[in-house]
Amino acid sequence: MSEKERLSRELMALRLARELKPGMVVNLGIGMPTLVSDYIPHDGSLVLHSENGVIGFGPTPREGEEDPNLVNAGGGFITLLPGGAFVSHADAFAMIRGGHVDVAVLGGLQVSEQGDLANWLVPPRALGSPGGAVDLCVGAKQVFVVMEHTTRDGKPRLVSRCTYSLTGARCVSLVMTDLGLFQVTPQGFLLREIAPGWTAAEVRSLTEAPLAVGPELVEVRA
Amino acid sequence: MTVSKVWPSAREAVADVFDGAVIMMDGFGGPGGMAQELILALRERGVRDLTIISNTAGLDSVSFGTPGGSLPVNHGILVANGQVRKVIASFPVSASPSRPTSFELLYREGKVELELVPQGTLAERIRAGGAGVAAFYTPTGAGTLVAEGKEVRVLDGREHVLETALKADFACIRAWKADRLGNLVYRGSSRNFNVPMATAARVVIAEVDEVVEPGELDPEVILTPGLYVKRVVVRRHPGKIYTREQGAAS
Repeated sequence: MSEKERLSRELMALRLARELKPGMVVNLGIGMPTLVSDYIPHDGSLVLHSENGVIGFGPTPREGEEDPNLVNAGGGFITLLPGGAFVSHADAFAMIRGGHVDVAVLGGLQVSEQGDLANWLVPPRALGSPGGAVDLCVGAKQVFVVMEHTTRDGKPRLVSRCTYSLTGARCVSLVMTDLGLFQVTPQGFLLREIAPGWTAAEVRSLTEAPLAVGPELVEVRA
Repeated sequence: MTVSKVWPSAREAVADVFDGAVIMMDGFGGPGGMAQELILALRERGVRDLTIISNTAGLDSVSFGTPGGSLPVNHGILVANGQVRKVIASFPVSASPSRPTSFELLYREGKVELELVPQGTLAERIRAGGAGVAAFYTPTGAGTLVAEGKEVRVLDGREHVLETALKADFACIRAWKADRLGNLVYRGSSRNFNVPMATAARVVIAEVDEVVEPGELDPEVILTPGLYVKRVVVRRHPGKIYTREQGAAS
């Protein structure tokens, strides 16, 4: 069963990008969430917000056109779209806490069935970097998480209760993993879409928390 | 008398930084917003037991934000040089445990301290420090490790954590242009932590690409009025990213 093919990072990013609708203000975290920007329209219909105060940024610049004064939260080079703006770090986080960001897409280590997120400290490492994720968890109207379904040694990341240090409590509404798309509901995880070739029972066996299956389960498609 | 806050060199501008000083410096998203020449001067000066308030603890093992992939000069060189006793930061270590920073290695040996602060709380504590607000309640971190030991209060139906203001003895600011009165304008994403930090230190030192005469900067775009700024230093190589291999050498 573990031999079966899982969703690629690109397909996970592409599928999650479809959840982002015109008019939304969106913050993309470091790592896999950044990939989502490859699959959204860069025509201003959706506003990308970065913690370092870039509002309305566009795709990666061409090689040779990188500007050290135009980077995203991960230090990656970006471009500014027409109508883009800069604010200070304090203002960028006032926007987050103040409820002006619609969706934060974050990486994850564990998500609990209550929607708790742990994403910055992996034992036994003594140190971790929460960065702006703690603020995004309390401030963004919705938090989407994109992560692999299991750890490198096969342990489930969708859990009844997070065992790693929390980033935020009861904040996640949607999880994209390499096995499917999961909604966090008041009753726990609901499998909405599944990786091609997998059965709900197989996904359930790799999920620690109880998993409900949607009435119209479909496969994740490009 | 003509007022000028322009100092002849970074070395002279940091000459009164003392052992045990608390220093703010940006540290976010690559080298664009870092006062690299002031950092090199601080290393040369060799002051010790510093407390650094910054987004990172000096990510000296990763090259992000640097064209060509070299390692940029940042406060990691002060950590590596044993000059830092404590860091107050939101992003103290690189995401990858296989590439530990100088800070992480020294932390494991118990040679440096860390106060871990969520990034927005860090920015707001600095803004509060500059604005004369002693403390504030924020929802950020409620119910997590970063709230441990802090007062928590339910306001507006939600748990809030009491966070105190941050101030510093010095702030090393990176701006784009200054006039000789110390008015500052910034470039792109590099303004980030520099703007609040320029309000929250006793001695604010700005490293800039260019100094112009008063009146030449559009008052509508000055983000840091000169009243906050004590000293201005013009970079020897405007706009250049100094790397660890080359420092500020030409």
